[in-house]
Amino acid sequence: MKKSPLKINGDFFFGGALGAAALAIVCILVLIFVLLFYKSLPAMKHFGPGFVTGTQWDPVNDEFGAFPFIVGTLVTSFAAILLTIPLSVATSLFIREYAPPVVGGVISHMVDLLAAIPSVIYGMWGIFAMVPVVRLVQIFLNKHASFVPFLSGAPYGVGLMAAIIILVIMTLPYSISITRDVMNQVPLHLKEGAYALGATRWTMVRKIIIPYCRNGIMGGTTLALGRALGETMAVTMVIGNSTRLPRTLFDPANTIASIIANQFNEASGTLFVSALINLALILFLISFVINTIGRIIIHKVRLH
Amino acid sequence: MKIPFHKITDTSATLIIWLLTLVAVTPLVLVIGYVAVNGFRHLSFDLLTRSPAPVGETGGGVLNGIVGSVIILFTAGLAGIPLGILGGLYLSEGSGGRGRHLVRLCIEILQGVPSIVIGIVAYILLVVPMKRFSAIAGGIALGIMMLPVIVISTEEVLRLIPSELREAGIALGMPRWRVSLLVVMRTGMGGVFSGVLISFSRVAGETAPLLFTALGSQFLSFRPDRPMAALPLQIFNYAISPYPEWHAVGFAASFLLLIVILAVNIATRTILARMSFSRR
Repeated sequence: MKKSPLKINGDFFFGGALGAAALAIVCILVLIFVLLFYKSLPAMKHFGPGFVTGTQWDPVNDEFGAFPFIVGTLVTSFAAILLTIPLSVATSLFIREYAPPVVGGVISHMVDLLAAIPSVIYGMWGIFAMVPVVRLVQIFLNKHASFVPFLSGAPYGVGLMAAIIILVIMTLPYSISITRDVMNQVPLHLKEGAYALGATRWTMVRKIIIPYCRNGIMGGTTLALGRALGETMAVTMVIGNSTRLPRTLFDPANTIASIIANQFNEASGTLFVSALINLALILFLISFVINTIGRIIIHKVRLH
Repeated sequence: MKIPFHKITDTSATLIIWLLTLVAVTPLVLVIGYVAVNGFRHLSFDLLTRSPAPVGETGGGVLNGIVGSVIILFTAGLAGIPLGILGGLYLSEGSGGRGRHLVRLCIEILQGVPSIVIGIVAYILLVVPMKRFSAIAGGIALGIMMLPVIVISTEEVLRLIPSELREAGIALGMPRWRVSLLVVMRTGMGGVFSGVLISFSRVAGETAPLLFTALGSQFLSFRPDRPMAALPLQIFNYAISPYPEWHAVGFAASFLLLIVILAVNIATRTILARMSFSRR
């Protein structure tokens, strides 16, 4: 049977449209990288690799070093994720194994909804409800625990610690939802087998669920880390906006994202703007690496 | 009587898990509760019908931010929805393994790009050549952020559609493109639509990409080529301002945004749960 020319054209155009869309998607990503790289060139040429290790950020004298912000980003994100892991694993276990089904279901749905709350609303709570509490804790620590390193400092309330706490709260829903989904995949017969052998609930969790989900939890945690790295608004609102290298856990600081949010609109001069865009490029690359690692781990889990 | 060791560990593990769950869930409840209570207290009719009052005057609302958000989201939709749905169709219907791998990889990377970086890119791409902050630039930035969400949800929904339907269409002599559009797309319409809604609710509260693109404004404006207010931007500016009257408006605006986003999320979840083929 002969195909009518119209049908051929239809398939041709449809395939073409899909292909064009696919090409556009690839181009957008390439464009993001190329534009960031191109606009970073002035700063790269001027500072070389010293940009990453420089500790001075002084727009007045055109001196830009990214080290304090890289430290700020890594310290807040990693600390937040380390605190998130036990909380999200415990909450997922609670939802799956410990809670009465109705309670587990409610918490599970709630977590999904909480993941949708915008960053700026967490920031709002951070400024008005959390920071004053952090300040009280700081005053207490200064009085009674001033000998402990990394905990001293003027009681501003805003600073690294406030950013870490807000990041923990914000990444929790995301990280719980991944961990919970991974735990849903544990085969029932394994669990029943453990119980049949007389295992207690904790032994079953420790010997069946945790080993089975270890990779999934690691992958999910890495993806949550990727989110925390790029988190901007809430962190900007509570981190205290200081361009100096933080010395203690309570010092005001800046992450890469927050320094960009704070200074980009006021930046004047090619070098200043270029230095900020260079920071954006560094953030892009850091989150690219972390997300890629997370995705590789998660994909491995899905294959099994 | 001696209590066996395994009972002690089991009971203490249960206690610790209950405790950690409490620690995890409490702040989340506190955030919602705090914003809801403070926002509800400051809700007023002015909020929805007036633009911000000058500093020092009480009252004023966020009408300009609501209008701005709608316009910016509309622009974002124009940019993101067609491309996203076509991209999803490409992944589920198109041929060619290698291209599909590449597109999927790009989408996954794009999903991980921090929102502030997207804002910078939109600034370089649109604000610099236009020499002006604009709602369009903000819309494009949000559109890029919607893209991965729409592509992934579209692909997932279309993949769930039984291949018998496709085969039936082809057996009846329909060309592939008509099968894709009239059979597959039509069957998956509800799912694709909820994906689009979810992507809107994701970006509706985004602030970072708008900082250097839409910029914000104190006035009601309908011109997409000019700086424009947006609800999340207003919340941010009010929250970091030193004026208690502005804090109040900020809380009320947060409450508003929270309600809209939660409502959209609950609605889409309900649609998705009701769709027959998603149960398989």
